[in-house]
Amino acid sequence: MTKILVIAEHNEEALNPSTAKCVACAASIDGAEIDIAVLAASAASVAAEAAQISSVGRVVTVERAENDAGLAAILAPQIAAMASDYSHLFGPSTAFGKDLMPRVAALLGVNQISDIMSIEGSHRFKRPIYAGNAIVTVEAPAESIVVATVRTASYQAAESGNAAPIESATVDVEVPTHTRFVELQTGKSDRPDLQAAAKVVSGGRALGSEENFELIFKLADKLGAAIGSSRAAVDAGYVPPETQVGQTGQIIAPDLYIAIGISGAIQHITGIKDAGTIVAINKDEEAPIFEVSDIGLVGDLFSIVPELTEALG
Amino acid sequence: MEKILVGLKRVVDYNVRVQVKSDGSGVDTDGVKMSINPFDEIALEEALRIRESGAASEVIVVSIGSSDAQQQLRTGLAMGADRAILVESGTSVDSLTVARIFKALVDRENAELVILGKQAIDDDNSQTGQMLAAIWGRPQATFASEVVLDGDTARVTREVDSGLETIDIDLPAVITVDLRLNEPRYVKLPDIMKAKKKPLEQIALSDLSVEAAPEIKTTAYEPPAGRQRGIMVEDVAGLIAALKDKGLV
Ligand SMILES: Cc1cc2nc3c(=O)[nH]c(=O)nc-3n(C[C@H](O)[C@H](O)[C@H](O)COP(=O)(O)OP(=O)(O)OC[C@H]3O[C@@H](n4cnc5c(N)ncnc54)[C@H](O)[C@@H]3O)c2cc1C
Repeated sequence: MTKILVIAEHNEEALNPSTAKCVACAASIDGAEIDIAVLAASAASVAAEAAQISSVGRVVTVERAENDAGLAAILAPQIAAMASDYSHLFGPSTAFGKDLMPRVAALLGVNQISDIMSIEGSHRFKRPIYAGNAIVTVEAPAESIVVATVRTASYQAAESGNAAPIESATVDVEVPTHTRFVELQTGKSDRPDLQAAAKVVSGGRALGSEENFELIFKLADKLGAAIGSSRAAVDAGYVPPETQVGQTGQIIAPDLYIAIGISGAIQHITGIKDAGTIVAINKDEEAPIFEVSDIGLVGDLFSIVPELTEALG
Repeated sequence: MEKILVGLKRVVDYNVRVQVKSDGSGVDTDGVKMSINPFDEIALEEALRIRESGAASEVIVVSIGSSDAQQQLRTGLAMGADRAILVESGTSVDSLTVARIFKALVDRENAELVILGKQAIDDDNSQTGQMLAAIWGRPQATFASEVVLDGDTARVTREVDSGLETIDIDLPAVITVDLRLNEPRYVKLPDIMKAKKKPLEQIALSDLSVEAAPEIKTTAYEPPAGRQRGIMVEDVAGLIAALKDKGLV
């Protein structure tokens, strides 16, 4: 029987949308029973949100003061201790899940599957390798537990409207003190979250300075879009690292992605392959970004972007 | 601290556009350029800087794979590593087994810090450091963009989805590095000559008595579903019309 435990990603206040995407992935396994685990210092509000996700059978909360920062070294032994009731453990392929799930897998003595993009059977999955230049089918051994991360860009969040029971559990394991949270610096902004946004406006090296990125911000605000960037733009210090899109940044699937002054290196493209519509604005008509764009416009961004922002009125 | 271990994986160079073989049996790596996984170069640079600051005395580079990986280890030695270990294996080795190999080397060398890339750009797994930390029972600081050592602890800034997270970890520990941690040094010709004289030890995987992990089998390779090149528009008005057409503005 397939019993899947999805590990909730949250910040103690709200559930991250990656969780409902993991549930959608889990629900595509025939006959799967799905529980969500909320490990938190205080789980109530996050658990209430999780209970609304459709196809969830049960929400299990594990409350413990040490869980407040979501550190892998602290969560992993607790999750490993809950594993015996399940055939599968799923987490999102976000920074949180990538940090956590391999640690859980190793504690259980199994390998881990990263970035599931489609379910081919209870133990058979597709995943990307080589920055998405190849897709492999992998098969996990039937006799051991499957520990995996779900490529969130491949799934739409499962719908809400459920009212799954919430149960609290105590997990009797010692957690280490060798890893201590200090702080989280987030670029506070009123703009939509990059992972969740329906529209993303992204700028590259061509912007040339932090000040010029204002052009990107203005257009984004007109569209109600999140901000994205290329690695070159982040390395140059124009925008913070959490805006980076690509193989080593965030993998996203917005309805609309506008790439401005971005050449379209494979490492960047891999982050936007699942976008609905890709628009590219680039002065070089040979730029590889045009090969994957639905709508391309050749020209100087410094005149096009203000004109576009203005015209959107 | 005495020793830092650094992993150097031999991978297809990041500039190569990898393609699936027409019979679907794998990806075409015949005659393509091979390099050190770019994240591993950053890991090595960080280890060298720690040694140069006086906080460590020896940097050991480790690769697991075919004897061809000697080439990447020599490059690591030319960058400044003190010695190299090649754990030879004819077949590709899964993450948990790699983690167990590193654990065996940590025990043998009494290493106090292991620095690895946050992922390898071939299988894109991002697992080994976390697995090593788990079986070692030690801290992991993944996706590091800043590392500050302070005696028996390290303060590490990590690139996470919502920004930058800072954690304190006790040593011994595992750190996996992100791109912005540092810029690896260039290797100079005299260093390449010097590297030829540095020790490179070869160990057969079978000599390490590492238990193989339950295997995840790769049963098929296929090219990704491609995106089609769409339309080109002439000007902003054309762009807006095309967006309206799709109901996006
Ligand atoms: C291991 C590894 C991982 C990586 N991971 C990522 C990743 O996750 N994400 C990522 O983005 N990159 C990543 N990279 C880097 C990637 O290879 C490219 O270097 C990077 O994406 C280039 O950024 P860019 O397109 O902004 O800059 P460039 O390649 O320099 O492109 C700038 C573009 O702007 C255009 N341009 C210039 N001026 C104007 C103008 N006035 N108007 C209009 N257009 C203009 C140019 O024609 C050009 O196409 C990675 C690299 C490595 C080695």
